Amino acid sequence: MTYQLSNLADVIRSKNSGPYELTFDIIFKTQAIYEAVIKSEAITKESFAALYGISPGNVMEIVHFDPAKAIKITIVRPICSGDLRETDVYGAQQHAPLMHFSFTMEDAC
Amino acid sequence: MREMKILSPTAILGYGFPMASWEEGMRRKPDVIAVDAGSTDPGPYYLGAGISFTDRAAVKRDLAIMIPAALDASIPLIIGSAGGSGALPHLQWNREIIEEIAAEKDLTFTLAVIPGDIDKKTILSAMEEGRILPLHPAPELTQADVTDAAHIVAQMGTEPIIRALDEKAQVVLAGRAYDPAVFAAVAVREGYDRGLAVHLGKILECAAIAATPGSGSDCMIGYLGGDYFRVEPLSAGRKCTTLSVAAHTLYEKTNPYILPGPGGILDLTQTVFTQETETCVRVTGSRFFPSDTYTIKLEGVKKVGCRTVSFASTADPVMIAQIDAITPAVKARVRDNFTGMDNYSLDFKIYGKPAQSGTQGIFAASYVGIIDALPAVIDCAVSPENADCSVPSDNTDCAAPPSGADCTLHGATSAELAIIIDAVAPTQEMANTICSFARSTLLHYGYPGRISTAGNLAFPFSPSDVKMGDVYAFCVYHLMEVTNPCEFFPIEYIRLGCCAPEARVYTAKPEVKA
Repeated sequence: MTYQLSNLADVIRSKNSGPYELTFDIIFKTQAIYEAVIKSEAITKESFAALYGISPGNVMEIVHFDPAKAIKITIVRPICSGDLRETDVYGAQQHAPLMHFSFTMEDAC
Repeated sequence: MREMKILSPTAILGYGFPMASWEEGMRRKPDVIAVDAGSTDPGPYYLGAGISFTDRAAVKRDLAIMIPAALDASIPLIIGSAGGSGALPHLQWNREIIEEIAAEKDLTFTLAVIPGDIDKKTILSAMEEGRILPLHPAPELTQADVTDAAHIVAQMGTEPIIRALDEKAQVVLAGRAYDPAVFAAVAVREGYDRGLAVHLGKILECAAIAATPGSGSDCMIGYLGGDYFRVEPLSAGRKCTTLSVAAHTLYEKTNPYILPGPGGILDLTQTVFTQETETCVRVTGSRFFPSDTYTIKLEGVKKVGCRTVSFASTADPVMIAQIDAITPAVKARVRDNFTGMDNYSLDFKIYGKPAQSGTQGIFAASYVGIIDALPAVIDCAVSPENADCSVPSDNTDCAAPPSGADCTLHGATSAELAIIIDAVAPTQEMANTICSFARSTLLHYGYPGRISTAGNLAFPFSPSDVKMGDVYAFCVYHLMEVTNPCEFFPIEYIRLGCCAPEARVYTAKPEVKA
């Protein structure tokens, strides 16, 4: 079945982690959904890089954080926070493409 | 082991708190009140300009409540990262607020002031000795980054704060500090487990943000025992849940399991979050592993120029469809008009384009890292000879549209685009010139198919152009190895209130061990 990430998560957010990194948190609605998404391997360095038009090498880490049933993705910030091409100093509005992210996996419900 | 109580009134000094919540916190007889003021989130300007990103009246309001209460209860008040960025001008700014409060309320106490500025010579020597470590993905540090920096601060750990407490400081005003340090210092001083103390500090530094519903302007209390800690909000209607507390552990961090800080790593791989009551969460298993070499994180910024901006929008569908061809043509026109003046940056920040994955905003900008000097017109890919759209406004011929332009209206378009014209140049006058010329050129620019010939832009303000002053960029974000955690954090003690002026100030030399 095809799912859109915004339907599976309570929280989808982005924020600077220091001036040189951008980090994304996806906190899933239920433990079952969290586990199903991990099992589907839909969120990888490659898929995330394709979604944001960056190199997979700039996806630094993808962490599964069980206590919050969350997947965390940290990337090299395309520019350092506040540099001349800046449009989002805090990095708090870079999450929208992730909300639209669609992928197929086994039924999670 | 006696349970220690740590009160965190607000996420950032100056963000405020409700009095009912504060009074409930004080009723629980905390052992210390601690508050963090700092962040690099607001960008490089505040550290560079020496200006607080929080408001003076708001900071004074918070401190005018906290200081008398701490003195009445005979407990320390510890403030970290004074003025947001924690450099000397920020420290002085906050110190004056505290002195004002002391005078107005006739308070007598010892204030410890701990600067976090690091001398440039110290850093240059450390570079030569190989004691500066990169923090990927920040670029390698150069000598010029250090010598050009406006301010360089280091995040202090708990140790300098503990020294100030040892010297009987009642209020500690720290420069740039590791956020959890101000919360953990009293606990570490009394021998509590460092892993639990620092993890508790990580949660308390954002006050009630870790509760649900979260708030950055409300109080939170932490209870620290021998092998656990508990956190609880103090306003009715908020609660800590295992999810809200665990989720907060993710916030603004690269990896929630491994959290490096001054002197070691906080390891949360064994951490367990348990719901103790409806509003209180108990945490166990957080561990601290000291590193072989103590490191402090340096933060520095340098000035790159002056900025003038103009805010505008366009609602014209023909123009919106061609915007990606029009702005390079305007850049080319500006460059052509001011031949010889190439040491500036002109950027059009456009908000509201239809969603296209990964191609907007900062993701459309290539990684340029630190700016060594102002580049020539950034991203002016369209040179004058191939900028077809720089032809005069009577050209409405669609036969030869500029590259990327289209005279037909796209199905997926935006009702309106916000356009910020952003000019940065070595002087304010030059930035004004570039911004002004780019604004007038864009306003009357004749793009193909144009039918709204009176003007292309809607301006919300008169004047349309705003001088924003100095522009800074991060240039130092590195670790420095030190032999003593207190080495670069000298402490000045100021006796406020009763004493004769000459007895008020003395400075403790930093203790340097071999």
